[in-house]
Amino acid sequence: MTIAANPTPLLRVEHLTMRFGGLFAINDLSFAAKQQEITAIIGPNGAGKTTVFNCLTGFYKPSSGRLTLTAPDSDTPHLLERMDGFCITKDAKVARTFQNIRLFSGMSVLENLLVAQHNALMRASVYSLAGLLNLKSYRVKERQSIEKAKYWLEKIGLTAQADWSAGNLPYGSQRRLEIARAMCTDPVLLCLDEPAAGLNPKESLELNDLLLDIRREQRIGILLIEHDMSVVMNISDHIVVLDHGARIADGSPIEIRNDPAVIRAYLGADEDEDLPQEIATDIRHAAQREAR
Amino acid sequence: MEYFIQQLINGISLGAIYGLIAIGYTMVYGIIGMINFAHGEIYMIGAFVSLIGFLFMGVLGISYIPLALFLVLLMAMLFTAIYGWAIERIAYRPLRGSVKLAPLISAIGMSIVLQNYVQLTQGARVKPLQPIIQGGFELSGANADFHVRLSYLQIVIVLLTIALMSIFTYVITRTPLGRAQRATEQDMTMASLLGINVDRIISTTFVMGAALAAVAGLMVTLYYGVIDFYIGFIAGMKAFTAAVLGGIGSLPGAMLGGLLIGLIEAFWSGYFSIGYKDVAAFSILVLVLIFRPTGLLGKPEVEKV
Repeated sequence: MTIAANPTPLLRVEHLTMRFGGLFAINDLSFAAKQQEITAIIGPNGAGKTTVFNCLTGFYKPSSGRLTLTAPDSDTPHLLERMDGFCITKDAKVARTFQNIRLFSGMSVLENLLVAQHNALMRASVYSLAGLLNLKSYRVKERQSIEKAKYWLEKIGLTAQADWSAGNLPYGSQRRLEIARAMCTDPVLLCLDEPAAGLNPKESLELNDLLLDIRREQRIGILLIEHDMSVVMNISDHIVVLDHGARIADGSPIEIRNDPAVIRAYLGADEDEDLPQEIATDIRHAAQREAR
Repeated sequence: MEYFIQQLINGISLGAIYGLIAIGYTMVYGIIGMINFAHGEIYMIGAFVSLIGFLFMGVLGISYIPLALFLVLLMAMLFTAIYGWAIERIAYRPLRGSVKLAPLISAIGMSIVLQNYVQLTQGARVKPLQPIIQGGFELSGANADFHVRLSYLQIVIVLLTIALMSIFTYVITRTPLGRAQRATEQDMTMASLLGINVDRIISTTFVMGAALAAVAGLMVTLYYGVIDFYIGFIAGMKAFTAAVLGGIGSLPGAMLGGLLIGLIEAFWSGYFSIGYKDVAAFSILVLVLIFRPTGLLGKPEVEKV
């Protein structure tokens, strides 16, 4: 956080709408994620959080709207809604994880991290020809990739398990490995879809540290979907709350905690709106009597 | 005993050829989960390109056999790989993401198209090629009543197969390309999210499979000396059987399966009736599938509940 951050937001979502038939999964959603910040997207189930991610990473072509990504060191923004799936990772440098674990379970832990550096290695190996001939330029690049993988293994504490088959790791380690793998693609924006799902409290804390560490050292932005409020409230710089595909609140964790619209979305409408008329009046009278 | 060794030699050479074709089936199945029924035709085209290549060498007057062989090999691999690439581009890629049966039907259509195309352009008659690699070793003593022959051609076939399989295994296990192929095989979506151009990886897979099939085509042209536009069908079926026998999706399985099919055929035709050699090969397949549905080296899929 020492160097002055690029004032342009890292990601700007403008009037994003995603329609499935007559259903609006996202309806005219706009928000921005700043450079080097952790932005959390929260909301009740079915609010459209994952749909936002799917639009960002090219799974869905948005019905309308604009998704602009501006990397910290460049002036030319990428328009994500116009790019093909793999280019979003390769050129715009957006990485993503899923709610469920999608490691390459048949490959080793190290290979999972190397495959994420595919494009750099492929370029160095001239489509594997140089790799086949074992040329020096390729060997250097390969060593660099292994170094980078080692760095991340160290960070997530899996150095000793580097040769394990990824599917044999315990659940919490697999979660961390997924984040490390995403980081090996050198992203400028890391999108995490419920990274704390299924983690125990201790692992959740470790995850917090890992994410704060990534933000501090790699100076990238993180976009986070999460239900675990101990994660969201502790590490987010900025929270966007969605309900029924629309933004209902936007602000710092403290603002969000006290926002009536958010409380309503999570806990349901105010009591007296749902209760039968006479009971609601009774409660109100009782409350007034007590107040006196 | 001599007779047995002779059949073993014949079986291994035949098995090497089947193994090379089977790799194409197993790789394509592994990566996009479809059976490329046009792969037998790819092999047939490889054989035709080799034949044309040898005639071309004759025209150019290249009579040094190792050089001619090398040039024809390159030519066959190159041209057949282009066919493999084009087939994927035209017949399979537009259907990716539709129902599973669609590319399968498309593959059968492609197979018929290629057969007829070669029949029309090259004629329906059997094409002969004079023996190019002649001679061999006599392995048994002079007074034995049966002479075991190991021809130079058989040595070339086996050595070439071993070399290609080694290169191939190296590419798959050690290079970034192979790593990306294995990643695409396991989870195409995730691979593309890591910035891998999945379409290009799939094309490369077809190109690699086709190049190996071309080598098989070249070797068959040399081995039998006659080819026609229909050889792709039965060889394709056998190689497919080999891939299933070894465990479809598994590379060592395809090599093992090919070898086994070759051996079964050679021994059956050596000791029993040559007319029933295909029946024998397919019967073994049925038996293996009853007792080991995933094939010899295929891993059973364990579903976690």
